[in-house]
Amino acid sequence: MNNGARCRLPLYAFVGFASMMWTTPAKAHLNSTGMGPFYDGLVHFLLSPEDIIPVLALALLAGLRGARHGRRALFVLPIAWFVGALDGLSSVPANAHPFLAAAWFLLLGGLVAADANLSLRTMTAIAMLLGLYHGYLNGTGMGQSLSVMVILVGLVCGVFVLIALTAAFVVRLDASWTRIAVRVSGSWIAASGLLMLGWAVRGGGSA
Amino acid sequence: MKISQKESLVRAIPVLMFLLLCAPSAFAHPQKGEAVGFLTGFRHPISGLDHVLAMVAVGLWGAQLGSPAVWLLPVAFPMVMALGGMLGLMGVPIPCNEYGIALSAILLGAAVMFEAKPPLGVAAALVGSFAIFHGHAHGTELPPGQSALLYSVGFVIATGSLHALGIGIGSMHRWAWGQKALRVAGGLVAMGGVFFMWKAVA
Repeated sequence: MNNGARCRLPLYAFVGFASMMWTTPAKAHLNSTGMGPFYDGLVHFLLSPEDIIPVLALALLAGLRGARHGRRALFVLPIAWFVGALDGLSSVPANAHPFLAAAWFLLLGGLVAADANLSLRTMTAIAMLLGLYHGYLNGTGMGQSLSVMVILVGLVCGVFVLIALTAAFVVRLDASWTRIAVRVSGSWIAASGLLMLGWAVRGGGSA
Repeated sequence: MKISQKESLVRAIPVLMFLLLCAPSAFAHPQKGEAVGFLTGFRHPISGLDHVLAMVAVGLWGAQLGSPAVWLLPVAFPMVMALGGMLGLMGVPIPCNEYGIALSAILLGAAVMFEAKPPLGVAAALVGSFAIFHGHAHGTELPPGQSALLYSVGFVIATGSLHALGIGIGSMHRWAWGQKALRVAGGLVAMGGVFFMWKAVA
């Protein structure tokens, strides 16, 4: 560093410090300002483990079965989610039934753990049912505001991106131990479903 | 570092501390109750040494037995443990639960110590039957008012991580000294089991 720059260093430091003292809130956080309806929908999905985990399990299942199943799930699930949400818009707000939430975990996690050899038709049916059910639940809480369609688009984009990335990642796994790791994660999802079932029977604890 | 730079650093520290003191809250925390559910669930399996010993021993034994037991046992244990947890949550009683937990550490530790190699079905049945006791103990102790989903996910991830730790430690089985070390570890687990059995009886 030369002498001139060194002399100006305290000045720069003072200006920098003064600037920091007059900072205003960045208003960059979702829960203080919101990020607009599209991101509200996207973030709603990303912050809802009860939605993410079944989608993740379906993506793992589709990825294990190959690219054809992956592509089918990739398009059927978001479309069904969107249709279900549209249907839910006109309904009263509803929460996921704890037994059904546990059943989805058990079913999808169990199929992944077993590396079940599902036909394309069965995979399509599962993706459609999952999308319609979770989309409906999402739709019931959205009200009738003008921005609701944009929120839905954000939400469905989140579903699409998650299933695309996860299924594509699993399809490319060749080594046997990597497929075993995917199946182990499926068993963990199924085990979580069993525990959730116990919670549901006991009552108490929210899904 | 030159002296002048050191001095600058020392001068900068109070400024940095002042700025840190002025920092407003980030509003970046998850909703109240959710993280509590996950963290409480995650902490539960690792909070009791008797559970930890048995779960790590499952991983050690799986590593000794090799494929496919190395992944089948850690899959069987959380699944059956979750079933036991479900029974505990539903209030279905299992007699002599504490004895079963202590016995699991004794037998699994002994299996590692003697490098027992039973048929895969027998090993899976043994691990699975003990997992019922562990899961039931956890299920009956679960606190009310937690998020069921996050608690369950945290609980299962912690259990699986303990198995993974056991498998990681068990990977030393490829070396001769590692095989001896694993047998010693198995002996320690069995001794821990004897201690917990003594506590349960006393």
